[in-house]
Formats: sequence, C-alpha cells, structure tokens
Amino acid sequence: MKQLTNKNSIGWLFVLISVVAITLFYFYPMFDALLLSFQSGMGANLEYVGFDNWSRLLNDPTLKQALINTMTYLMIQVPLMIVLALFFSVILNDPNLKFRGFFRTAIFLPAVTSLVAYSVIFKYMFSVDGIVNQLLINLNLISEPIAFISDPVWAKVVIILAITWRWTGYNMIFYLSALQNIDRSIYEAARIDGANSFQQFIQITIPMLKPIILFTTITSTIGTLQLFDEVVNITSGGPGIQTISISQYIYDLSFKYTPNFGYAATVSYVIVILVVILSIIQFKVAGEKE
Amino acid sequence: MKKLKKTLIYLFLSIATIISIYPFFWMIVSMTNKSVDVTQGRQLPGTYLFENLRQLFDQVDIVTALTNSAIIAVLSTFFTLFIASLAGYGFQMYRSKGKDIVFNILLLSMMIPFASIMIPLYRLFGRISQTAPIIGIDTLAAAFLPTVTTAFFIFFFRQNTKMFPKDLIEAGRIDGLSEIGIFFRIFVPTMKTTYAAAAIIAFMNSWNNFLWPLVVLQSPSNQTIPLLISNLGSSYAPDYGMIMSAITIATLPTALVFFFMQKHFVAGMMGSVKG
Repeated sequence: MKQLTNKNSIGWLFVLISVVAITLFYFYPMFDALLLSFQSGMGANLEYVGFDNWSRLLNDPTLKQALINTMTYLMIQVPLMIVLALFFSVILNDPNLKFRGFFRTAIFLPAVTSLVAYSVIFKYMFSVDGIVNQLLINLNLISEPIAFISDPVWAKVVIILAITWRWTGYNMIFYLSALQNIDRSIYEAARIDGANSFQQFIQITIPMLKPIILFTTITSTIGTLQLFDEVVNITSGGPGIQTISISQYIYDLSFKYTPNFGYAATVSYVIVILVVILSIIQFKVAGEKE
Repeated sequence: MKKLKKTLIYLFLSIATIISIYPFFWMIVSMTNKSVDVTQGRQLPGTYLFENLRQLFDQVDIVTALTNSAIIAVLSTFFTLFIASLAGYGFQMYRSKGKDIVFNILLLSMMIPFASIMIPLYRLFGRISQTAPIIGIDTLAAAFLPTVTTAFFIFFFRQNTKMFPKDLIEAGRIDGLSEIGIFFRIFVPTMKTTYAAAAIIAFMNSWNNFLWPLVVLQSPSNQTIPLLISNLGSSYAPDYGMIMSAITIATLPTALVFFFMQKHFVAGMMGSVKG
C-alpha cells in the first residue's frame, strides 16, 4: 500500500511542469483577461470601470464588422474546404487510380508553407499587375485588371481562396486515413444492392467518417475564429476595415491604436464565447443525426 | 461512360495539382528573375538568382532572423518534447482518479484562443522583465516559453504511451532502475518514432509562429523569419525577386522535413485523433 501511494506521488512529479506551465500560460491569463475586461487605462494606470467595456461591445462598429467578416470566412471557407477535402480523399482512396501518391503529395504540399509566407505570395499573385490578372486578361475573361486586394468583396474572396489552398490537403489526409479503416466489403455489398457511387458516398462514406468530419470541422472553426496571419499579411484588414478579423482587431486595440488593454481583453472574450458556442452546436448537430 | 468519368477525374486532379503547386513554382522562378520581369509575368527561370540573394543578404538582416528562428525552434522543440512526454507518460502510467481529472482540465486549454490570452501574457512578461530581464519582453526566451507546453502534445504523448509495453517497466524495476530512470533509459529510446513525429510538428509550429513573436519581440536584432517576411511583404515598392528568395529560404526547412520524413510528418499530424 505504501509503495502504491509512493508511485502515485512520483506520477504527480512527472506531470508537475505541465500543470504549472499550462496554469501559468493559459488559465491565469484567461483569469487576468476577465479582470482586465472590467478595467480601463494603460500600463499600471488601470482603474475599475465596471461593465463599461462590456456595454461598449454592443455599440462598436469595428467589432461588428470584424464579426461579420469572421462569420463570412467561416460560413463559406470551412464548408467549401471540407467538401473539397472529402471529394479528393474519396477519389484518391481508389486503389486503381494511377499516380495516386503523386496527386496526394501535390495536394498536401501547401500545408508545409508558413502562414506568413503563403499569405505574401497570394497577395502578390492577386495584385493589380499580378499573375492572376494577367491570366484572366489573356483568357479574355476580363478586359481591365481587377483590384482584388483593395475591393471589399474580392479581398474576402482572395482570403477565402488562400485559406482553402493552404488547408484542403491537410484535412484530406485525415479523411484518407479514416477511409482506409472502412471495410471494402461494405461497398461491395452496396454495389450488389445497386447503389451508385454517389449513393455509396452519402450512405456509407459520410456516416463512417462522421467523427473525423466533426473533428476537422471543429478545429477549422476554431482556427478561422482566430484568423490573424492571413488577413494581416494579405490585406492588413483593408480596404478600411472591410476584411479585419477579430484577432486582428484585438491586436490593433492593444498595440496599434491608443493601447486599451481593458477593452481588448473584453473583445477577446467574444472569441472564447464563440469558440465554446460553435463547438457545442457542432457537437449537437453531429449527435442528433445519429 | 466509364471512360468519360475516368477522364474527368484525372482532369480534375490535374487542375487541383496545378493550383496546389503553382505558387511554389512561381516562388522559385521569381527568385531567379529581376523584379521587373516578375511583374511582367515571366514564367521561366532567369539568371538573377545570385543578384537577388546578394540584395537579400545586403539589405535585410536575414542571417540574424534565420539564427533567431533556428534558436527558438530548436529550444522550443526540445522543451515541448521533454515536458509533454514526461506529462503524457505520467498521466498514463501512473493513472489515478485525481490525475484523470487534472488531465481533463488541461485539455480545456485547447479551447482557449491565443488572441484572448495574448495581452495578459504580454503583461505577465512585462512583470517578469522587472525581476528577470533575460526572459522578459523582447528576448528570444519569451518568444517560446509560453508556447512550449500545450495540451495537444501532452495528449499526443499520452495516446502513444498506451502502446508502450508495461512489461518493459516491470523489467526496469526488477533491474533496480528508479522510476525516472525507467523513463529516460527505457521509455525515451523505445519511443523514438513518437518523438520524431512530435518533433516535426513542434518545430514547424515554432518556425512558422507569427502572432506571439510579433507581440513580444520588438528590436530588429530579435526578429524572426515570419516577422521579416511580413515586413518585406508590406513594403510599398516590393523587390519581388528578393522577397521570393527570402520566402523560399523560409519555406526550405519545413519542406525538406516533409519530403524526407513524410511518414513521421503524417503520424505527427494524425496523433491528435487516433483512438
């Protein structure tokens, strides 16, 4: 018995550094942010202002724009990417397909780039004299170059395309490895019953992949809610604030405008609340269909 | 009909491949061309590579940025692996009710968006600066300290520890090894592939990290590669050839790791989902 308790305490020693570090660098900051959200001022001259910051949230046009933008990215980009990734994984799972490994590597390759690096490349590709405009003009699809980056709608399109380029192959790998665990005989049976490939996809593949689809949807959602690198490096949030994300707004509030840590901390809770709500909704939606 | 379907599939995959690879192609080709040629849409390799590299090394301090990024990435990877594997092993091998609860609480930290703790962290390091300036604001240590311990890697190592044969531990105990000795002498050498997979992901995360270094590193001598590229990318009169050289150099380490260690790479990625 003594040896058992002894082992138990040795076990605690193994996990000690992690518990201390995560408490210090995650949980304590969350608590500090909550305290900050009731304060205003700069540096050491903070004073408690009650719910001022929280009521300011309701009437903040920049925050409203940042929320609209983030939701736009989320609603269009995440479904687009997941559908594409599913599609690629089903096609590439066919053992009779030639050059399977090559296609898989090629489509995954964007996932090795750094977010800053690919963002800068996309910004240049979509500039007024960039390669995309040149291509569209040469194909006679447009006569004048489009100002992708400085147009409020096109700028969002470029950001969505960029994120989709970077992450589709990454998600595809998750689906491919899940597909390998599905017993091929299920498909055989369905084929004998007369199900075509589309029916097989809807009735076998999707239900079998549901846990992994849920996992990738939640990670992509959390990722999009935290969007920062792409927006900052492709459009800097512009034109005006037409593409600004919530994370960028928090950064700007803290380090670019007249620093206001208290209000920035309040805005940061908006992301936390969104992450929690959206994750719960996604879990619920996935659960109900069962 | 079947043939048509096949053709369509190959056509679709070829288009997807071109779209996936083209930015890499453009990046490498542009690195060898004059800025003017790049804006004119030149798609062939040129002879300007050395001139671009010379410009890059002359005009911006890329050597410092590379060194800083490398130092941060190596230390960060080392500490991540050390801390997370200790914890993953501890949570799995010395399971108890208390530890399971603590583990689940730690997992909650995965839901915390970085943007929401960035300001408190900045304040925390501001306070650390007053007593220990060597790890305070604007030091390389501050750039990686808050990000080395993540629930993701603890989870990853715990999952993988499940496959570690318990007999080896008993054998170690009979041989008179201490508990910590068993971890270092038996567990670590046995789990090499797990460590390799984790190392790749940890290295990539650190090498590419942007937001926190942007917040905490201020002086040019502490700049990392993503900060340098972001700065170059926002210049009003960009020298495309030079910038593309910088981006290629920045992408090289992670691309090489991917090509030479593809299996570990995917294992690291998948580590978060397997049962």
